[in-house]
Amino acid sequence: MIAEIGLAALWLAAALSVLQLVGGYLGARNEDSELAVLVRPAAVLQAVLCAVSFLALVYVFAITDLSVRLVAENSHSMKPLAFKLSGAWANHEGSMLLWIAVMAVAGGLIALIERRLPERTMMATLGTQGFVGIGFYLFILLSSNPFERLSPVPADGNGLNPLLQDMGVSFHPPTLYIGYVGLSVAFSFAMGALLTRNVTPDFARVMRPWVLASWIFLTIGITAGSYWAYYELGWGGWWFWDPVENASLMPWLAATALLHSASVLAARDALRTWTIMLGVVAFSMSMVGTFLVRSGVLTSVHAFAVDPERGSFILALLALYIGGALVLFALRANTIAEGERFSLLSREGALVVNNVGLSAILGIVLLGTLYPLLTEAFDVRVSVGPPYFNPVSAIFFLPMLVILAVGPLLRWREDSFARIRMPVLVIGAAAVAALVAVLLLTDIGFLPLLGLALAAGVAIASFMPLRSRNIRRVPLAVWGMCIAHFGVAVALFGMAADSAFQQERLVAATPGDSVEVGPWEATLAGISPVAGPNWTAMQGDIFVSYQGGEPTETFPQARSFWAPQGETSEVALVTRWNGQLYVALGNQSEDGRWQLRLWWKPFVTWIWYGGLLIALGGAMALVGRVVGDVRRRSTARREEERRAEEAELATA
Amino acid sequence: MSSGLKPKHQRLVLVVVALVALVGAGLLAAYALRNQASYFYVPADIAAAPPQVGQPIRLGGMVENGSIATAADGVTVQFVVQDGAARVPVSYTGIVPALFVEGSGVVAEGSMNADGTFIADNLLAKHDENYMPRELEGMSTAELREELQETVE
Repeated sequence: MIAEIGLAALWLAAALSVLQLVGGYLGARNEDSELAVLVRPAAVLQAVLCAVSFLALVYVFAITDLSVRLVAENSHSMKPLAFKLSGAWANHEGSMLLWIAVMAVAGGLIALIERRLPERTMMATLGTQGFVGIGFYLFILLSSNPFERLSPVPADGNGLNPLLQDMGVSFHPPTLYIGYVGLSVAFSFAMGALLTRNVTPDFARVMRPWVLASWIFLTIGITAGSYWAYYELGWGGWWFWDPVENASLMPWLAATALLHSASVLAARDALRTWTIMLGVVAFSMSMVGTFLVRSGVLTSVHAFAVDPERGSFILALLALYIGGALVLFALRANTIAEGERFSLLSREGALVVNNVGLSAILGIVLLGTLYPLLTEAFDVRVSVGPPYFNPVSAIFFLPMLVILAVGPLLRWREDSFARIRMPVLVIGAAAVAALVAVLLLTDIGFLPLLGLALAAGVAIASFMPLRSRNIRRVPLAVWGMCIAHFGVAVALFGMAADSAFQQERLVAATPGDSVEVGPWEATLAGISPVAGPNWTAMQGDIFVSYQGGEPTETFPQARSFWAPQGETSEVALVTRWNGQLYVALGNQSEDGRWQLRLWWKPFVTWIWYGGLLIALGGAMALVGRVVGDVRRRSTARREEERRAEEAELATA
Repeated sequence: MSSGLKPKHQRLVLVVVALVALVGAGLLAAYALRNQASYFYVPADIAAAPPQVGQPIRLGGMVENGSIATAADGVTVQFVVQDGAARVPVSYTGIVPALFVEGSGVVAEGSMNADGTFIADNLLAKHDENYMPRELEGMSTAELREELQETVE
């Protein structure tokens, strides 16, 4: 019954999206169109229906209703409740339902609260949102119905892939999807503005919170995904340039560029066409990401769903939306008047360089991710890995860090180098000092060395915009920028320090043996079998002590799941402020010894702290912008009322 | 520095800089990707045209039956990867993936050493029954069947 309600709600929502499309475009042509008044209610109702549908799916997973095929295939009655719930979206159908639900809720929100833009532009925006929605509704309803019933009902379900039975996975896909789908709102705004020839700073101000919000979620999603891969896959790496990781990185790069160019448009009315173009690119990258993940076309540890038919459906949607947007762009771009001019040495100039650099990295990652697909069409099997991505993207990333340090110091429109000479010298001195100190104290590779020096420079530079300002009166958005840029420095420091200074020991040990790795000493006390709700494991009992201090007891496990079958390595992590000890238990060798793999990873956690700081900065900017906007609007209203009163008095 | 330029010229300079950077990125990527074409090897490729010693590559193939041996240190495994045409000895120090067994597909990341042994830094075995390294899908089913036959014998 609940499943049928979910399905019916989804069909109704799909019908409403058609209404939203037709009404929206009619309303964009003629504001007084009768259908136009229905567009906003349609969007809001759609949001409610999709939320109902998604909750229905979560409910059938929670009670393990095995007559629903999706539950039978992906869940198991013995699974812990948290993973039953997260199981609802840890599969193809459920994740697509989550996608459309998030999209409908975002559309409903704009329809409900956004009244700053001309109504025609809003109608075109909501119409586009409906248009994008229809494709995804059809995709779900026709090829991936999550509520399909199963007869006869099986005795129990297949369970969830053990790698996915982890709290990280419960949060990872939803955050990424909110980010992906938020970019669909930016896309709709861009199309709405383009259709109604209304590419203005106002449009950028309205779009910016959506871009910011989805960028924050993408940042958190990528950070969480990286940490999940780090501790769950048991290889101790934090970024593998895996196609699925790239699929989340590419929208992030595009959203970062869009964020900065929308700021230029909002503040200075420049970079109009470019911002529209980035709006298209950012959502395209979300769809490419979905295509790569959901079609399973690429080699990937994450590509659990292998279904080329669905892939071609998404590919067709991709071609339709992106192709359509590009055609519209080509037809309309010349009608967008040239924006304000600016000098090369200005805030805008620096942001243009930032945009170009981000786009270049985006192109590099995209080419590297798709290249194996292209060559496969010619029967050549290629795999592209870190030897390609690391150096090629670093060529663009490192100069961008310099721009990141200097750009925020520049004034809008035009500036002179003489004015910023002092802070630039301070930043440069910090970087050089760090470089010399690292060179004198250690002997590390070129890229980590450069990374450490730049991290020092960027860290100092990120707070330079606050100099000679009254700290109390700095707007929240500026604080947000400083924190986010500082987060980049922190993450960079973590990456460079981890790759330069990590130490690894791999041994076969018997209980009683001690191993040293870096400043740590680990003693294997014993190995014993343990059991969980749906797994059994061999668990190591290991005492570790840092520089001969008080020992800590840790329990790395090698788990065997039985529904479905699979093995995972549950590593033990000991976190200190200056790094993490990573202990993985391996197999038993023939002579009875146990393999232990230990890493001392100095400052590795700073990578994720940096990611979180970047997201925090984004959140501060978002709150600052929204609060500022509300204030401005209420002042404007009061001003208007005062004028009206004065006018009344004058006529009286 | 740019004060002598007219605004229109400044815009032109920006556009040119942007284009040069993007085209440069494209060319750089294309160049680097061409080199990557020689990143994935099967044993037959290594027999035909051995990669340089120390060059990072991926080696894919099937683990030969009866070839897995653990060294005295308890953490180094030696095995042979074959594709029906050629064999390559591999040495890997580390914890092998759970599904790394004789007769299964494997992709090893690492490089060749001077004695013709592949030193693997990382092993990618299939993660579950449904996962197969993409590069191995092209192997003929006859070879796979042969492998299975040997396993049951």
